[in-house]
Amino acid sequence: MCSNTSKSIFITVLVLVLSGCAARSAILPDDVPPMHTVREFSDDENVSRTRDPWEGFNRSMYKFNYEADRYVFLPVVAGYERVVPPFARTGVRNFFTNIREVQTFYNCILQAKGKKSLVTLGRFLTNSTIGIGGLFDPATAFGWRRENGDFDHTLEAWGVGTGPYLVLPILGPNTVRSAGGFAVDGGVRWAIMNAIDPFGGTGASTEIEAGITALETVDLRSRESFRYYDSDYPFEYYMVRYLSSQERELAIIR
Amino acid sequence: MKIVGAILICFLQLTPDFAWAGDTVYGYPIEDSYAATILGTPQSFRPDLHGDVPVKTMVLETNREKPELFFYDQGLRYTVAFQNRKAPLIFIIAGTGGSSRSRYALALMANLYHAGFHVIALPSPTFPNFIIDASTTHLPGNLSDDAVDLYRVMEKIWDQSKGRIKVSDFCLAGYSLGGTEAAFVARLDDDRKVFDFRRVLMLNPAVSLYNSVSRIEGLLDRIPGGPRRIGAFYNGVMAKVTDFYHKGDFIAIDDDFLFAGYKAQLLNRDEAGGAIAVSFRIGSAGMIFASDVMTHGGYVVPKNRDLKNSDTLDDYFWTTLHLSFLDYFNEYFYPYFRSRRPGLTKEELLDALSLRSIESYLASSAKIGVITNEDDFILAPGELDYLRQVFGPRLKVYPCGGHLGNLEYRDNMAFLIARLRSSTW
Repeated sequence: MCSNTSKSIFITVLVLVLSGCAARSAILPDDVPPMHTVREFSDDENVSRTRDPWEGFNRSMYKFNYEADRYVFLPVVAGYERVVPPFARTGVRNFFTNIREVQTFYNCILQAKGKKSLVTLGRFLTNSTIGIGGLFDPATAFGWRRENGDFDHTLEAWGVGTGPYLVLPILGPNTVRSAGGFAVDGGVRWAIMNAIDPFGGTGASTEIEAGITALETVDLRSRESFRYYDSDYPFEYYMVRYLSSQERELAIIR
Repeated sequence: MKIVGAILICFLQLTPDFAWAGDTVYGYPIEDSYAATILGTPQSFRPDLHGDVPVKTMVLETNREKPELFFYDQGLRYTVAFQNRKAPLIFIIAGTGGSSRSRYALALMANLYHAGFHVIALPSPTFPNFIIDASTTHLPGNLSDDAVDLYRVMEKIWDQSKGRIKVSDFCLAGYSLGGTEAAFVARLDDDRKVFDFRRVLMLNPAVSLYNSVSRIEGLLDRIPGGPRRIGAFYNGVMAKVTDFYHKGDFIAIDDDFLFAGYKAQLLNRDEAGGAIAVSFRIGSAGMIFASDVMTHGGYVVPKNRDLKNSDTLDDYFWTTLHLSFLDYFNEYFYPYFRSRRPGLTKEELLDALSLRSIESYLASSAKIGVITNEDDFILAPGELDYLRQVFGPRLKVYPCGGHLGNLEYRDNMAFLIARLRSSTW
């Protein structure tokens, strides 16, 4: 059942990739010309700097994510928020945030950010011990601000360009570079988990890890207030494309 | 002796307050009208509201066939906060391009809920969701048509809600364009009496739609290169803001950041005005596009084109951003109404889009009041005097606040709520 679902998702994605890459242009040869076209305004400076050659695919994926949210993720998140009391959700949130400090730590090192990597290491050690395995966040109370670092930032620091805009299934707005960064960070995490094998003695480590990944996904979605098409603005796709690159840029230069 | 001393101290402490109350020192902190409009009211100057507001977004289902492009649109979305006891109900109409959850709709909702009202917020008739689902013509801007659409929506929402709440009586408020529309809805209600509004408040309304839009559009004449260069202008403003963000030790783009930018005079007055006009253009782009798709008007989208979800809209976005609302009025809006009513002159249409067309009703209806600011730049010269003349004592004018900037200031909210509660102005 599970493999069937993932197979059909894979095929859907493939079909979309192959068929929908190029979006139909604004005016086709047999269209009745409208009163105003973009050609009148080509002398102005463009605002978006994100290249989007696969817009057709991206728009389809944007819609796919809307449906996935609507029928799967948001109902699950609503159930999670109804059943799990707030203090426990905060604990879950802190726990996963603490695990991500590892990722921030090695990426800060790769970017040669000495102070930030030390602060992150201090946070991780403090929260893992005094914060009882990361369930609490005393480090922030001590005045150590949480840093953010992922492999996308590292690639930026190494001078790699962002590449075209790419809306990923489930994960949403990205660029080719940030998608690659996500894959690398995921791979590093998998390698670490494999090396320390924390659930090795239980005899059900695959199931436990799957459960943890599911919980992390639900936690991530419940933190994110963004809802696809919620603005009712017909050009929301472009606003999101612009804002996500802007947000990324602000976060990177920090 | 001690007692006399204590009384004296009390007097000394009290007198200045009395003296100030007479002078009515107005404490809203931002003097510049553009800055006030952008920044609104700092948190510490807003009323203290304790406890949650049970805000819910509801959908009024409509049976319309929709273009594939608007597949996500499930019906007209409105927002409510209901008391669990009998209370007066107030409808709020959002301003130009605003949803029922826009900044000031939610602010009014929170404050009025705390003041004991059931609150229902409606999107502006210029909001794409309203254009698609609730507008008869799909062409917003004609005030009496929009009032009929709004009234029908309000009746349907009331049908949907009345089983769940106990209501003592009805009020109505609107801000900006919504304020102007509230006047037309009130007049309609005087005939139909479905709600029989006890009180109607117009907050920073436009007197004439055309004048107000011209004033906002005019702000773009003062940016480098004029209205055709809004892209370059926007990039310039963003570069300044981003640079300021990096140099300062800011944690997020939030109120603190914006106020720091204001204090550092990050933008000059022309730039602040330009930013207001660009945000207006972003709203009007969505409105023009949604209307054009729904009417197959051939204004920016080819008439015979059925847009699919995967089609690029980038060119339409760029085009509508660069079209002035006044172009839209002259090239699209006016011809549409002239084709429906042959012989209609532009002047006649402009009159219909103004409070002047219902002046005698406004002058004689004691339940309607207006709250605005001396420096609200959407009012053309002479329009504030016009409001004084029509509304007389039912007009309240604050010395500053720009366009809606001081709406959330605690004195403004207290005054607004007191006017809604009282039976006389």
